[in-house]
Amino acid sequence: MKNSLKLLASLAVTLGLGLMPQARAADTIGFVYVSPVGDAGWTAQHDMARKEMEKAMAGKVTTKFVENVPEGPDSERVIREFAQNGAKVIFTTSFGFMNPTEKIAKLYPNIVFMHATGYKSNDSNFGNYNARFYEGRYLNGVIAGKMTKSNILGYVAAFPIPEVIMGINAFTRGAKSVNPKAEVRVIWVNSWFDPGKEKQAAETLISQNADVLTHHTDSTAVVQAAEAKKIYAFSYHSDMSKYAPHAQLSGTVHEWGKYYTNAVNQILAGRGKPANVWGGMKEGMIRIAPMSSAVPKDVQTMVTGLADKIKAGTFHPFTGPVVDQDGKTRIPAGTTISDGDLNSMNYYVEGVASKYPSN
Amino acid sequence: MTPLLTAILIATIISGTPLVIAALGELVVEKSGVLNLGIEGMMAVGALAGFAVTYHTGQAGLGILAAMLAGMALSLVFAVLALTLMANQVACGLALSIAGLGLAGFLGKPYEALSLPQIHPLPIPILADIPIVGTIFFHHQILVYVSWALFAAVMVFLYKTRAGLLVRAIGESPHSAHAIGSNVIAIRYAATLFGGAMAGLAGAFMSIFFTPLWDERMISGRGWIAAALVVFATWRPARVLIGAYLFGGVMILQLFIQGSGWQISIPSQFLSAMPYLATILVLVVISQNRRTIRLHSPMSLGVSYRPD
Repeated sequence: MKNSLKLLASLAVTLGLGLMPQARAADTIGFVYVSPVGDAGWTAQHDMARKEMEKAMAGKVTTKFVENVPEGPDSERVIREFAQNGAKVIFTTSFGFMNPTEKIAKLYPNIVFMHATGYKSNDSNFGNYNARFYEGRYLNGVIAGKMTKSNILGYVAAFPIPEVIMGINAFTRGAKSVNPKAEVRVIWVNSWFDPGKEKQAAETLISQNADVLTHHTDSTAVVQAAEAKKIYAFSYHSDMSKYAPHAQLSGTVHEWGKYYTNAVNQILAGRGKPANVWGGMKEGMIRIAPMSSAVPKDVQTMVTGLADKIKAGTFHPFTGPVVDQDGKTRIPAGTTISDGDLNSMNYYVEGVASKYPSN
Repeated sequence: MTPLLTAILIATIISGTPLVIAALGELVVEKSGVLNLGIEGMMAVGALAGFAVTYHTGQAGLGILAAMLAGMALSLVFAVLALTLMANQVACGLALSIAGLGLAGFLGKPYEALSLPQIHPLPIPILADIPIVGTIFFHHQILVYVSWALFAAVMVFLYKTRAGLLVRAIGESPHSAHAIGSNVIAIRYAATLFGGAMAGLAGAFMSIFFTPLWDERMISGRGWIAAALVVFATWRPARVLIGAYLFGGVMILQLFIQGSGWQISIPSQFLSAMPYLATILVLVVISQNRRTIRLHSPMSLGVSYRPD
């Protein structure tokens, strides 16, 4: 009897508590990563931004992430699990997550799905975001053009897709703008992450007289190879100066933190999904890594000036004439390339010494 | 031209070294009739152990030792499952690869942000001074020389010693070997552990000498290539060596072609596939004789042995 009274009392308390208005629990924000977080690289930058956003929204959100998710059916399962477990916003941060994200977004109209680097979206709860990495590449190219002695710049690249081609072309145009003799040599390693192969590609370029390197792959192998051979390099994705304190001249760094904070703020405030965005230096989604002391002062000033112009929108790395390596004018003088043309770029510009990979 | 050629050959040797070490280890395992497909996982665990110990102690030697022990520990798991409990060897090996990669990734999290100081090559006195040849062959990391010593040791062991003969006999017919009084399970255990140690060593070469960093994806399929090499080389050490260097060489060559700026248009995907294609092609062509293949392939490879 006494026991059942106790039970009743506790039940009443529980129910009462349940009915009482509660402080709103933190909303869950989910992140799906394509690779392990690691210390430097594509996913590392997204994860840094996730933490930044969580800090900025202290108390209002908790974030969760799943790393190393293969693109394809597995990612669909992970995204669905986030949705089922009540996430309010789900960020999927690799191109190959696009279709699974779209599919799950249809099933959960009350959750907002944001996909990085894709081109699909809908009107209500599925959007995309990306950054204009080429802006940083161009500035890196300017520094490279000034610093090279051999006039051979090496570029270790993953896969010949427009995003990578765009970076190679921007880097080349930057270098050519200050050093008409500079040429860029590209080695495709056909892998986003294979430090062994990336290192070999870097050393191959060095043995063929390249004295400034950059890469569009995901490890620190290239900057480390440059450090070991005492030449220069630019980092990509992250600032890799701690891996190559002497070699790294600068780099192109992704900054997603501000974007994530604003996007989550907007969504949680009930103002709907953020507009699709392709942001660059102006939006703070891209910056160049601090220039090392090896870069002469006048070059630093020049690059900073160019960066300001890019931010102000008065300079675009692909303002015509853009001539491809076969001498064909792709963008006439006085015209600036359209975003559509950038995103379907399938040629090398003048100055890339390597032949364009597919016939 | 000479400096370029020298550079290509040096890079070829470096590129082939992890394959040589891991594949020679697997060769001995398979010669004893055990098929351990877990090389990728053992290399990953070895790479991590080697990196971590070298990082903490500053001694690459201790790192190498730790890597070999780590590879052996993982292969011991395989041995217990596949040899003592007689589980399917192919399934156990595949599971070992997955588990090893996962384990290394999990345990290796704290080491992702770190890098090791570059270790300078160890030129061999006198030999290193020979023009060209010295530069190509005798200006390497210590594990490169170890891989050559390993090749010699495996050759001598398998074909010139009684113990080697016994290993081969067990790979052919464990029952006959048992009948003449040898302990089949114990010898298979020993071979499996040796394979594990070599995979660990190959991993250590990757993480301590080759790219002095740790990341769970750094082995990038080299363990699978080593496993395939043993089969395509029809279980002959010299062909394993040829295969490994051929693979490394074509890999380097295609990078040089790409980096040369020559105006040739070959899809880079094809260039990347070239090492695989060339290695398979050459090894298949030189191993056409069915009789010699039968002679060298262990008859009871992958078959569990149940002592009567």
